[in-house]
Parts: sequence; C-alpha cells; structure tokens
Amino acid sequence: MNLNVPPHAVRSAESPRVDLVLIAEMVTPGARVLDIGCGDGTLMRLLAARRGVDARGIELSQAGVNSCVAQGLAVIQGDADTDLVHYPDLAFDYAILSQTIQATYSPRHVLEQLLRIGRRAIVSFPNFGHWRVRTQLLFRGKMPTTDNLPDRWYDTPNIHLCTIKDFLDLCRDAGAKVERVVALNAYGTKLGVSMPLFAQNLFGEQAVFLLSR
Amino acid sequence: MSEAPASQTVLDHSVRLAQITNPQSEIVHFGEHEPLPLDCGESLAPFSIAYQTYGTLNADKSNLVLVCHALTGDQHVANVHPVTGKPGWWETMVGPGKPIDTNRYFVLCPNVIGGCMGSTGPSSINPRTGHPYGLDFPVITIADTVRAQARLLDHLGVPDVLCVLGGSMGGMQVLQWASTYKDRVFSAVPIACAARHSSQNIAFHEVGRQAVMADPDWCQGRYLDEGKSPRKGLAVARMAAHITYLSDDALHTKFGRNLQDRDRITFGFDADFQVESYLRYQGLSFVDRFDANSYLYITRAMDYFDLAADHGGVLANAFQGTRTRFCLVSFTSDWLFPTEESREIVHALNAVAANVSFVELKTKGGHDSFLLHEPELFDTIRGFVNSAARQRGIAEPEGWRP
Repeated sequence: MNLNVPPHAVRSAESPRVDLVLIAEMVTPGARVLDIGCGDGTLMRLLAARRGVDARGIELSQAGVNSCVAQGLAVIQGDADTDLVHYPDLAFDYAILSQTIQATYSPRHVLEQLLRIGRRAIVSFPNFGHWRVRTQLLFRGKMPTTDNLPDRWYDTPNIHLCTIKDFLDLCRDAGAKVERVVALNAYGTKLGVSMPLFAQNLFGEQAVFLLSR
Repeated sequence: MSEAPASQTVLDHSVRLAQITNPQSEIVHFGEHEPLPLDCGESLAPFSIAYQTYGTLNADKSNLVLVCHALTGDQHVANVHPVTGKPGWWETMVGPGKPIDTNRYFVLCPNVIGGCMGSTGPSSINPRTGHPYGLDFPVITIADTVRAQARLLDHLGVPDVLCVLGGSMGGMQVLQWASTYKDRVFSAVPIACAARHSSQNIAFHEVGRQAVMADPDWCQGRYLDEGKSPRKGLAVARMAAHITYLSDDALHTKFGRNLQDRDRITFGFDADFQVESYLRYQGLSFVDRFDANSYLYITRAMDYFDLAADHGGVLANAFQGTRTRFCLVSFTSDWLFPTEESREIVHALNAVAANVSFVELKTKGGHDSFLLHEPELFDTIRGFVNSAARQRGIAEPEGWRP
C-alpha cells in the first residue's frame, strides 16, 4: 500500500498573510516543520502548497484543532509552554512560532525549546517598539491599541510583549544565533535590510527572526 | 444512559445462547488446518469470526473502515441488536450520512475472539470434548484478537484498511493494528484508550471477575453444562464497572440524591436512590446479553495489554517506521483512561516522527463519552476519515456531500 501522500493533496491556501509568506520563504523545500500555535492551519497549508512541506502543528484551541484535523493536517492539541519538552532533540528542521511568543507564559523557556527541537527556529511577533505604540503611550498615557494589537490591556492574551531590540537581547542571553531579521511595516512591506536597527525597531510593526543554535 | 424502567423483563435466555453457535451475522469458519497462533503459546483451531458489514466495498478495495468494539460491545454497530432489540451501539457514528458515511465507506466490525456473539469464545463448543470450553478456553490477548481480525481481512481479500478506529478496548486494538500491521493501516483513530492497562484498571477488572467467580452458579466456569448462569455475580461486576464508565458529574446531574418511586428513605436496603435502581437495571440488562466467562477472558486480555513491554519497554519502538496517519481522541471527564494516557501515545508517535493529530474533547459523560451524542467528536471523526480518504485518492460518490 502506498502510504506516501504528496503534499499538494492537502488543500492549498488562498491570499495568505505577508508575514506567513515571509516565513514560508525561509523554509527549505521538503523540510520537517513544527508549527507551534498553528491556529486553523493557514501556515501549514501554505507550507504544503509552496514548499512541499508535510508540517506538524500544535494548537490550544478546540476550533483550531478541529479545523486542522478536518483538512488532513497533523495537529496536536497542546500548549507551547508545557508540551514542547516532550519532543526529541532536533526532531524538526524548523520549529516555527508565529505571532505566539508574546502570549506564552515563559518566552525564554519556549525559545530554548524551539532551538532544541529544531535545527532552526523561526519566530515572528508584533513589535512593541513601533512608533504608533510609543506615541500612544507617550501622548495619551494609556496602554496602546493598534490594528496589530487590538485588545485592551485587561483582555489581551499578549502577556509578554517586546520590541525588536528586546528580542535581540533574549536571543543573546539564550545563546541563539540570529541568522536573519526581517521587519514589516504597517502595510506588510519589508523594511530595507540596510536600515539601521533603531529604525527597524521604530518603523517595523512586526518582525520575523530566523534563528539557530 | 438509558432510563431505568420500573419493572425489568428478563429476555429469553435461549435467544442469547443461539447467538453463540448461530449468530445473526456473517460468519467465517477457519478449520483445523488453519489454526490461530496465540500469545500464550497455544493455538486455536478451529475458530470462527462473526462480523457485520455496512456499505459497499469499492472496486480497488480501498474504502474499508474497520471498527473495533469495546469490552462489552459486539459487532452490531449500526443495526438493531438481535438479542436486546435496541439500536446498534454506534448508530450515531456509522451509517448513511453519519460521520463514518456508509454511502462512501465499507464498514466492517468483527466480534472479538473470546466474545459471545458468534466468534469463538469460552461458551463455544470445544470440539475435543463436545462441551462448552469454559475455562479450557485459552487465555487470549489483544494481539490475538487483532491477529484473528487480520485473518478475516485475508479471507475477505482486502489487503489493507483505510481507517481502523475504536474506543476503550477498541482503541487498544487500533494501537495493536498500527503496531503489528504497519503496511495495512492507512489511518488509525484510537479513542479514550491507553497503550497499557493501568494498575487501577486491572484492580477494577479483578473486582468484576471475583464477583462472577463468587457466584455459586458460576460452577467453576461450567455453568452452561450445569444449565445455570451466574447472573448475580455478572450483574455486580457490571454495576461496578459501569460506575467507572461514567463520571461523578454525570451521575450527580442525572440522579443527584433523588429517591426512586418513594417520598422518603426506608431505613432498609431496597433501592431507595435512583442511582441504585439505575445500576441494578444496568447489571440485569447486561446479563441478558453477555456471557460470564467471556467477561473473564476479555477483561484479562485488556489487563495483559502493554504495548511498550512488547517492544523493550519503549513505546516509541512499537511505532518505529510507521507511515500511518493517527488521530487520537481523549475526554476531559474520562478518569478510567485519562487524557494523560493518550498524551503518552502522542509523545511516542512524535518520537518516531509519525503523522499524528490529538484532540482532547471537553465532555461530562466520562469514559463512555465516545458512545454518547458529542458533536465535537462527530466533527473530528468525520473530518479525519474524509481527509484520509482524500489523501488516499478515494473518489467521492456522485452527489456525495461530506
């Protein structure tokens, strides 16, 4: 019996988000990928369609898991904070944490687990150093709410927000090698790689990091 | 949970006994020259397997869904039960337009070896003696049960299964299938189960077996020869076991401390409380459809199940090299096979880079949640089986809607 399923037999994605496209471009074709906080499987479908990747996912929400399972995606209901320890070392080529690290209880622990499980880690997050965030706090004196961070302080799942500079510090402390950083502005356009760090931290609304040990 | 009627009519004993030798099911007989080798070292010959099917096998024999039943279940998944007259035990899951849609899939459910609904078991006639086997029946294991099922598939000329699924002991069989017959299982759904029977679960089974054996009518296992039946012992075993299939929450919601057909407690040992009446009914109705020795043998098979022990103590080794797609399901209210047991299987499958999904469903119904009306469970199974069929390239019937 042929048990090998070509990745394109998994349903493909329509009009994907720019940050997800950027992540997919960082992944080499056919790689082994773990998508932590995979939601309804959007990135996993994109990886299957564009990179021929048979990805595995972890998702906390029942709705997300059910959606993934119904699409034939391999998803485990679980929690990034507690369940990553059960994966063997270097089980994956890439461990991806897309827009999730700021919602974890222990971001440093999660980052260290990513770097243990995957040869490379890809982490994306909303940049709290963006100028809109800074000006709201400075001039309004209130916790910022933006298109990218719409929740108010008391109902947000984001308990560990950080700036690009903050995350660089964490990478240094955790012994992670930063292979690539891409900041996206509010329109989802990549900021120039030649742009100095302070400017990326000011104009980048979100950032994608490619890391290794 | 079914309602407890005020009066209990005992079904005709002969109707149940007839199912042992002449079941209202398809049956295949394997002769003296086709023995079933058993883990205990003996072999079983001749032997028979009774089974039910639903739907149609497609031309390339790729749409078979194998359903494995639980300890006290049988092959009557989605038809009226020949003894009780009640609907099949998984009619909510299997049938036309149901999550496992028999308009698209060919569903097969065999009665387990050791059972009492037509497959060879301790109440079958031992050809060496001309009497029912009783305790001369060899002790069987989950692996033996699965080996027998594989023989049935060989007989039907079906090389492999699109999906094998089952809950509780059915889930143990699913795991055994995926471990022993890696190339014959495209996808697998173990529900509310474990890779080994826990100490607590063995303990509950032992209580049940001791209750059966303490009944004088058990006659050292020879009750059929004596024209007797250990009804009281088996009923007590069922009552104790039934509690473990439910949850504190479910019992409290349904019965609370409500009294049964009376206004006040009687200061006696009648069934004052509704929950007592309910359990008595569960015990009595069970003995009308089940064989006491089958209960001993099948509980033992579950006790002996330890997939890791069969693979050098490392569960992951049981699945080394697997390409099967897995979808594990557990229930929050299940304290007999708690979620942690399913997670251990998931970790083992992760360790061998298997394609595995895992869903923990929030339910109140306890272990029996897999038999109840749980829309999230239906959605999960429907989605997973249909995606497996799509990945395997099974054509959708004309006008078929998932």
